[in-house]
Amino acid sequence: MISLQHIHRDFRVGDQIVHALDDVDLDIAAGEYVSVMGPSGSGKSTLLNLIGLLDRASAGRYLLEGEDVTVLDDDRQAWIRNRRIGFVFQAFHLVPRLTAAENVELPLLLAGVPPAERGKRAAAALRAMGLSDRAGHRPDQLSGGQRQRVAIARATVTEPAVLLADEPTGNLDQHAGQGVIEVLEALNARGITLIVVTHDSAIGGRARRRVRMLDGRIVADEAEADRAPA
Amino acid sequence: MRAADFVRFAAASLAARRLRSGLTALGIAVGIAAVVVLTSIGEGVHHFVLAEFTQFGTTLVAINPGRTTTHGMSVGVFGTERPLTIQDAESLERLSYVEAVVPFVQGNAEVKAGNRRRRTFVYGAGAQMPKAFRMAVQTGSFLPADDPTAPRALAVLGSKLRRELFGRGNPLGRRITVGGSRYRVIGVMAPKGVVLGFDLDDTVYIPAARALALFNRNSLFEIDVMYRPGVKVERVVEGIRRTLVARHGREDFTITTQEQMLDVLGSVLDVLTFAVGAIGGISLLVGAIGIVTIMTIAVNERTAEIGLLRALGARRVQVLALFLGEAVVLAALGGLAGLALGLGLAQGLHAAFPGLPVHTPWRYVLLAESLAVVIGLAAGVLPARRAARLDPVAALRAE
Ligand SMILES: Nc1ncnc2c1ncn2[C@@H]1O[C@H](COP(=O)(O)OP(=O)(O)OP(=O)(O)O)[C@@H](O)[C@H]1O
Ligand SMILES: [Mg+2]
Repeated sequence: MISLQHIHRDFRVGDQIVHALDDVDLDIAAGEYVSVMGPSGSGKSTLLNLIGLLDRASAGRYLLEGEDVTVLDDDRQAWIRNRRIGFVFQAFHLVPRLTAAENVELPLLLAGVPPAERGKRAAAALRAMGLSDRAGHRPDQLSGGQRQRVAIARATVTEPAVLLADEPTGNLDQHAGQGVIEVLEALNARGITLIVVTHDSAIGGRARRRVRMLDGRIVADEAEADRAPA
Repeated sequence: MRAADFVRFAAASLAARRLRSGLTALGIAVGIAAVVVLTSIGEGVHHFVLAEFTQFGTTLVAINPGRTTTHGMSVGVFGTERPLTIQDAESLERLSYVEAVVPFVQGNAEVKAGNRRRRTFVYGAGAQMPKAFRMAVQTGSFLPADDPTAPRALAVLGSKLRRELFGRGNPLGRRITVGGSRYRVIGVMAPKGVVLGFDLDDTVYIPAARALALFNRNSLFEIDVMYRPGVKVERVVEGIRRTLVARHGREDFTITTQEQMLDVLGSVLDVLTFAVGAIGGISLLVGAIGIVTIMTIAVNERTAEIGLLRALGARRVQVLALFLGEAVVLAALGGLAGLALGLGLAQGLHAAFPGLPVHTPWRYVLLAESLAVVIGLAAGVLPARRAARLDPVAALRAE
């Protein structure tokens, strides 16, 4: 599903070079549930952006669903982001002037899906998040947990293969965060590949596979299928 | 992305900041209104002037002595040119398609009637002048078709001169002197008003031969020829040229057709309209700067949204088009408001000052609206390109 081979990502800051990713190898199979943990600045977000085709590697190869995506042009990568990848951000990133339903429709709108079908699919995605009664509300009329669930509905409305979540509970209290994680896990249970970056070891520990990063490298990668939730 | 969704998205972004969008659109509206009002006045003057000219008819040809260069300077061929004479005018009457020929001399002289006197325009003309220039006689008759070389001393008054000299009294048959010579009044012209600064009512008409003597000239100012409608003007010009060259031995005169005059006049007036329109365009430029400013601010404020759109699969050109679209919608709406404002102002001006000619052709209205759209595009390019070039990861981090 996802195969990173000798991936490097360097940033030039002045005349200094920061190795945000330093020779990363990572293979993730379809349907896996992976958490990525590590100290601040260890490269977690950089890794996730790279997997999500928002960023390009300085060196190395990246195969997504068997296709070498490192060589694709911007427009083709945009198409893959639209159809195959869903993002969930710490800051929700809902468009404030649009209603929940309109926010959820955005990826379909960009893809040119006709309004009637768009409406149907957005309604279904919101229903799956238990937010049918909030479809007409704007983000400032929703709680933090509801906002993040709208964002998840938006990320899943195109039925992507991979869901990438960067600190999805970072702006939420524990109760709301718990709810969001349960929603993500439910999606994973229905087959979507889920990768969650988090600081919270309680949340990271729930994943069946836990990747640990330090200074741009993967320092631990453990899978325990039958570990009890923390 | 579908076109309708695209417009709706752009419009919704603008609607979310109503006041700001409204003020920016107002900038364009003022500019478009200025262009519409100014070109309406320019175009109104255009129509007005052309109407003034064509009221004398359009099948007219003027012949002046001397060759005129394109710069309007009169140059004698080898330093000499033969005068245009009354016989020259007579010779043109023989051309089959000529309906009227008017020899023409103009000057200033003192006119006396009893103890009243007045300095006024004196037109030396021929019997066919009312026909050629569509002028009407109010009372009495115009100058008769005497022998043009030895006409009787008869005069016709303009309506204002008649009032000045005779008040309400009947002038017909009365004696006046023009520049010292005695004339008998046989008619009064219908009022014609001021045409291009000349008061055609403050005049006296006398036979051309007598005006030549009065002003001590040997050449007419001009011979005016009216030809039958439907005849090709080239044929008329050629006939006149051949007739006069046969009499003069060479082409030492200039033929100007009414068509040419209207063409020249029309293009001068077009330049005028364009110039005032361009002045209005300056305020449009200010409006355009407003759009650049507001779109630059919008791109800065919505950096995170741009990052999000890219993450959701928007291509760079889509982001470009979205922000360009906003600029264009802003300008187009401003343009429409400006058209309404401008047309209203133009009509208001016309109502307040009926003397001011105002005319707004639909062509200009469409042109002004297209101009607004083009301005929106031009003003939107810079901010929209900035938006499209943003790095999505960096954009998403902005808050
Ligand atoms: N655009 C950039 N320019 C320069 N350096 C960058 C840039 N983006 C990331 N870095 C550097 O790359 C390293 C990894 O950053 P990254 O954001 O991936 O860390 P992280 O693990 O997500 O940290 P956090 O937990 O604080 O979010 C850091 O040292 C950071 O300073
Ligand atoms: Mg991070």
